[in-house]
Amino acid sequence: MHELSIAMSIVEMAAEEVAERGGTRVHAVHLKIGQLSGVVGAALRSAFEMARESETALAAAVLRIEEVPVTVRCIRCDGDRVASFPELRCRVCGASTPHVLGGRELEVVALEIES
Amino acid sequence: MTRLVEVRTRVLKQNDTVARRLRSRFEDAGVSVASLVSSPGAGKTALLERTLTELIGDFRVAALVGDLATDNDAKRLARSGAPIRQITTGTVCHLEAAMIEEAIADWLLEELDFLFIENVGNLVCPATFDLGEARRVVLCAATEGEDKPLKYPTIFNTADAAVITKIDLAQAVEFDAAAMHRNIQAVRPGMTVLEVSTKTGQHFSDWLQWLTSQAAEH
Repeated sequence: MHELSIAMSIVEMAAEEVAERGGTRVHAVHLKIGQLSGVVGAALRSAFEMARESETALAAAVLRIEEVPVTVRCIRCDGDRVASFPELRCRVCGASTPHVLGGRELEVVALEIES
Repeated sequence: MTRLVEVRTRVLKQNDTVARRLRSRFEDAGVSVASLVSSPGAGKTALLERTLTELIGDFRVAALVGDLATDNDAKRLARSGAPIRQITTGTVCHLEAAMIEEAIADWLLEELDFLFIENVGNLVCPATFDLGEARRVVLCAATEGEDKPLKYPTIFNTADAAVITKIDLAQAVEFDAAAMHRNIQAVRPGMTVLEVSTKTGQHFSDWLQWLTSQAAEH
C-alpha cells in the first residue's frame, strides 16, 4: 500500500500550493498516472480519501486521474508509438521494443482552487 | 470563485531529489550500488549472503537491508564479515531514498567497491521509488511460477537484470524456463536474465561476473 504515502505527498503538496496562492479550499486535484508508474488509480483514490482528512483545505477534494499509456520508440516502424501493456509491443506493427518514452508519469498537473 | 491553477509537479519530487543526490555521491566515490527486489521468500538474503562471502576476499563490500520488522536478515548477512546495516521500515512496504541516505550517513563510501541494498520483500511498491542505485536487480524463484513478470510488469520493467533463483528446484516444481524467459522479455525486452542456485552454487559465478562487469562500466 505505497498508495497511502503517495496520497499523503499529494495532499501535503496541494495544501502548500493552495496556501501560497491565497486560496481557501481545493475542490479537485488533477493527476497524471502512467501505466508504468506502479500506482493503481483505484487504490490511490481510496488512500486519498483517508489522506485528505489531514488537511482542512482538502477535506472535500476529489482526484481527477488521467491515465497515461506507455509510449515507446519503435525500432521497426521508426516512430513514437503507443505500446500494449504489460507486454510492450508497438500498437502499429506489433514489434517488441525496449525504448520506453512515456508511461512512468506520477504528476500533479493542476488544482481546482476556491479563492 | 473556483479557478484552475496549473502545478505540474512530480508527486515523488522529494524522493527523486534525494535519489539523484545519492547517485552522484555513489558515482563520485566509485562504489557500485545494486539493489535487490523480489517477493518475500524468493531468496534475496541467501543470494546476498553468498555474494558478500564470495566477493569479500577481492572487494570491499557492504549492504543495507530493509524489513518491516526484526534484524534477522542483518544478522544473517553479518556472518559474511561485511559491514551491514538494517533499515527497519515499520509499516512502510518499501525503502525510500531518504532511508538510504540516513543509513549511510557515517559510512565512508570511498572505502567501498560494492554496496548492496536489499529492499523489503514486495514486488509492487519498491518499483516506484528510486534509491539512487546504479542497477536494480529483480529476483524471482523458480518455485514462484512463470507468470510473475506478467503479473508484476512494472517492477520487471524498472529493473536492469532479472535473476531466477532456486534453479536447483526447477525440475521438482516443473518450472518452465522457456516460458519465464519469454514473459520477462515481453515486459522488458532485451533484459539480462540469469539462472542461479544459491544453495548448490550452480551458475553463481555468472551472477558474480555480471556484478563485476557492471562495476567496471562505471
